[in-house]
Amino acid sequence: MATSIAKVCQSVKNLTRRSDLLYQQACCLCASFSSSSHLSHPKKLQHVINYQRTRAEVARALRRKQNFLHYEQVDKHRKSPLQSGTELVQEEKEDVAPREYRYVMPEFLPNPDFQYRDRVLEKMERRDMLRRRAVIDIPEFYVGSIMAVTVSDPYSPGKTNRFVGICIDRGGQGLQAYFVLRNVVDGLGVEVLYQLYNPTVQGIQVLKLEKRLDDQLYYLRNAPLEHSTFSFDMQPVTLPRDAPVPVNTTKVKLNPKPWEYRWERFNLKGIEPIELTPKMERGIKEHAKPWEDYDLMLKYRQTVNEDEERSIMTEVFKENSHIESQRKSSRTVLRKKK
Amino acid sequence: MIAKVHHEAVSPARHFSGFKKMSLALIALPRPVAQSTKRVAATCCCFSTTQAFCEIRNLARMRIVDNSAIGKAAAEIGKPPRVINVYNKKNVGYLGDKVLVTVKGEMRRAYIVGLRQKQKPNVPRMDTNNIVLVDDNGNPLGNRIHVPVPSCLKGKGGDLTKILSLATKFV
Repeated sequence: MATSIAKVCQSVKNLTRRSDLLYQQACCLCASFSSSSHLSHPKKLQHVINYQRTRAEVARALRRKQNFLHYEQVDKHRKSPLQSGTELVQEEKEDVAPREYRYVMPEFLPNPDFQYRDRVLEKMERRDMLRRRAVIDIPEFYVGSIMAVTVSDPYSPGKTNRFVGICIDRGGQGLQAYFVLRNVVDGLGVEVLYQLYNPTVQGIQVLKLEKRLDDQLYYLRNAPLEHSTFSFDMQPVTLPRDAPVPVNTTKVKLNPKPWEYRWERFNLKGIEPIELTPKMERGIKEHAKPWEDYDLMLKYRQTVNEDEERSIMTEVFKENSHIESQRKSSRTVLRKKK
Repeated sequence: MIAKVHHEAVSPARHFSGFKKMSLALIALPRPVAQSTKRVAATCCCFSTTQAFCEIRNLARMRIVDNSAIGKAAAEIGKPPRVINVYNKKNVGYLGDKVLVTVKGEMRRAYIVGLRQKQKPNVPRMDTNNIVLVDDNGNPLGNRIHVPVPSCLKGKGGDLTKILSLATKFV
């Protein structure tokens, strides 16, 4: 590479007047190339830790085996006491966010549609979201979880308004991220849309963490009311630590028609099979899009690029851990003051 | 002028009374009427041949949620009150708006206290379109509202305060 550039430079030198300058630049380039290669070479020889592995895997890999001599011991004679203090110390940090971050905080991912992308705006929104997350605790939740939200309400006596319900939808990107709660109060179905980062939201609490079989539970509107009835003084159910999020596999039996939407066309998993009339079957056939399963371009357009996702989530993870550490230190300070 | 609107509003219903035996699938929306569908089909023409309204316009079917005598009687018959005028410039009713409805052939004023359509963040969306009847002076006819009322109505003032004092629960 360097030689070819030098050759090109040579020819350029012969041809142009401003060749001297160009030649200097090219030489700089060559120098940088060679120096970088020199620098990168010893790094490769070093013991490189793959940060993609989990901590347990790393520990297992680094554990001392019976027929194993540590490289420090082997290379002991190579080290001179004169060199002490000169070696490069690499900070070992797990910076990559865990894979499930995508599902825990999906609102940090940008809109996959490129025409709505604005990287500067996204970055600023992310910063604002993290700032908000430092103030209130936004827990992990999914569609199907039972949640309680406290909102400031200037007209109510306690200045707050608390609503409990099942999360039937979640969406939106950035500061506009939202979720919808549904409950039956005095025999009337009530749904409220809350924005996650709305400053009037004072607290979000997950009373029961679980998932459902579908991404949206709007069909509960056309289901018997008992499926969406939850007590306002429900006690939070705690899951054992590090346990996977349970999936509620209850199948809901829909009320007879009329329905809000033609639910038979949505391929829902959380409802009992519907008795299809010939008209319904015809409708399903007409509106089915079987080719979408094979449309790679569509899938590409509907998902965020994996590299981009990793970079964003790493940033979020770093900031989050920073916030956590700050919180811990502030807690200890508070304890000491008490 | 109001009387004229009233007449127009009722006439299509009369026109369709011949289709009593038509299948119930034609009922446009699971409005409160749906709770007593059978009785409705037997007593009146409660189906609609039009698309479901996404907003409160003239002829929208509502549900009376207070315990006024006339509201109870209307629920007994199974004939829902219909909006025949909305008191604002756009003629589309939103939360807290005053409307004119026909209840059992009478014209009554009412306030909207719950909507099915999509609402703003933090504003509850109800499963039915709810109204509370008031008399011409703005005093409510009933003395109790038996469903939750959106608490965002509290700041609106005016005659709504009289209605909200009847509410048992706010969401």
